Amino acid sequence: MASPPSAPDLQPQTGPPAVAPAVALDNLTCVFGKVRAVDGVTLNIAQGEFYSLLGPSGSGKTTCLRVIGGFEAASSGSVRLFGQDAARLAAYDRPVNTVFQDYALFPHMSVLDNVAYALTVRGVGKAERLKKAGAMLELVKLGELGSRRPAQLSGGQRQRVALARALVNAPKLLLLDEPLGALDLKLREAMQTELRAIQQTLGITFVYVTHDQGEAMSMSDRVAVFRAGKIEQEGSPRELYGHPRTAFVADFVGGANVLGAVLVGQSSGTYALRPEQISLTPDPGAPMRGRVTGLHYLGATTRVEVQVGGQTVHASVPSGDVLHLKINDQTALNWNPADLRRLEDA
Amino acid sequence: MTTQGRAVPQKAARPSFGKRYWPLLLLAAPLLWLGVLYLGSLLGLLGYSFYGVDDFTGQVVPQFTLSTFRQLVSTPSNIDVIARTTLMAAAVTLACAVIAFPLALYVARLTDPRKKALWVLLITLPLWASYLVRVYAWRLILAQEGVISWAAAKLHLTGVLDGLLSLPVIGGTSLANSYFGMFLVFVYVWLPYMILPIQAALERVPTSVTQASADLGARPAQTFWRITLPLALPGVAAGSIFTFSLTLGDYIIPGVVGAPGYFIGQMVYTQQGAAGNLPLAAAFSIVPIVIVGLYLAFVRRLGAFDAL
Repeated sequence: MASPPSAPDLQPQTGPPAVAPAVALDNLTCVFGKVRAVDGVTLNIAQGEFYSLLGPSGSGKTTCLRVIGGFEAASSGSVRLFGQDAARLAAYDRPVNTVFQDYALFPHMSVLDNVAYALTVRGVGKAERLKKAGAMLELVKLGELGSRRPAQLSGGQRQRVALARALVNAPKLLLLDEPLGALDLKLREAMQTELRAIQQTLGITFVYVTHDQGEAMSMSDRVAVFRAGKIEQEGSPRELYGHPRTAFVADFVGGANVLGAVLVGQSSGTYALRPEQISLTPDPGAPMRGRVTGLHYLGATTRVEVQVGGQTVHASVPSGDVLHLKINDQTALNWNPADLRRLEDA
Repeated sequence: MTTQGRAVPQKAARPSFGKRYWPLLLLAAPLLWLGVLYLGSLLGLLGYSFYGVDDFTGQVVPQFTLSTFRQLVSTPSNIDVIARTTLMAAAVTLACAVIAFPLALYVARLTDPRKKALWVLLITLPLWASYLVRVYAWRLILAQEGVISWAAAKLHLTGVLDGLLSLPVIGGTSLANSYFGMFLVFVYVWLPYMILPIQAALERVPTSVTQASADLGARPAQTFWRITLPLALPGVAAGSIFTFSLTLGDYIIPGVVGAPGYFIGQMVYTQQGAAGNLPLAAAFSIVPIVIVGLYLAFVRRLGAFDAL
């Protein structure tokens, strides 16, 4: 194709112009016996993206990941990795590495040999593979533990070894199956920051499975919320939080009150309202009043449960605002009508 | 209760005598069994091997002497017995391991749970029948007029069978009278003891570990040699201790099937019975213990227990 004269800086293009997505699932379905673990999932993950599959246990997110990794076969639908049909590719032929939920370290090998494994099986020379594995251990800050056995490490250290082992061969795509699930809260938060930093340093695509919405929100470019084998909603963390489409997403991502139209003074529909968007300041013109049934002090904020017309509404307010409140007190509930989000379902 | 300063013994802080020793009481019977009956008899045996026999009266002389052990290692026929038994035990162990591993791998990894139960049942089924019955049944199978000769004749393979029997050392007048036949019976009889520990070891290897190997680019054969086999080695070691020591100590099979030539078990049996040389019998029975001890040290050095 000749380039138009008006745009002389454009190069003539013959191939497909766009970069192929790292992962493209098209109507993927996995049936185990009578269970449809994954039920018609379609998604595209761009190269270099940090993409999370978020959902409760049994929602199909891990099965999806296992199909991408090559450990599970699809019943129908297609999987393309970097534009290539992956249906016939065995796990060992995919440009993909995985960090397993239980880490799956090789117990009979040293930490360094674990990390070097991908290079060993490809026949990389000893000097080179030990150098690369050592560098990878440095990246995850375990440089001095190379001679230990996995059994001699703490949970957090094993997690880092699993990460280094999966990264040593410079995969284009890294799959992570709830990799931080077994760690305590502090360590988990530190690792979240670190994982995101490593992903951005190396510029590779991460597909991250988690049931922890906070984890998905804080790290991801985009999130797919899974429910019963289907994607309920896909989008950036801001979109999911700011514009949940269904009651499930509203509640699962960030927590929300799902309120009927009458309760919130609308003509029809169901609405989501975040607990932190409700204030309890005394106001005679408040749209709603109720009886306090629960007070949960969380430090900076207090979570208040208010009984309104047979429904419990949760409000999250600055602790200083509700020092006077006691159980069974009457209180006003205020919100900005612009914060109400109309839901598509129910 | 005070926890500061010097600890003051208090009644409530210490469990009563009964509470503290109750577990020991429960263990008393098995401990007595192990300690007195088992270890005691073993030590008694060890002690006897350091006694001698009066050449004239044939009576045991209860005095410390190394003459029995000297007699054991300086008599060429005794060395033959030890070598023959050890070689047979090694060959049987190797064959059992080679046959058992694929079976154990299949049962542990490739069948669904219901079929697995059936397989375990089939593997242990031979253990339900009397050992003696099975050994004599094998004698009939291996006999000159037995099933194997008959089948070989029908398949026009008599030549192959004859060729096998004409081999030196392992051959003989018939399979039932050859070391090869004895080897077959040993392998058959001890095989379950090799399969089950290997299967148990393989079951303990999480599937995610072999998947991780594939994920990191290892082809199935590489995963087998680098991951599956090393992680199953403790099971192979456990199974080989069974097959090896059971063969070393057996005295029935060499008497029923095989070529003439004593095995260690038979020597123990003969020396303590007909020959009445209890110290020599004791010295002979120390031999398998020493060999198994050496074998354990050897497989440990090979790294068989690294995965434990």
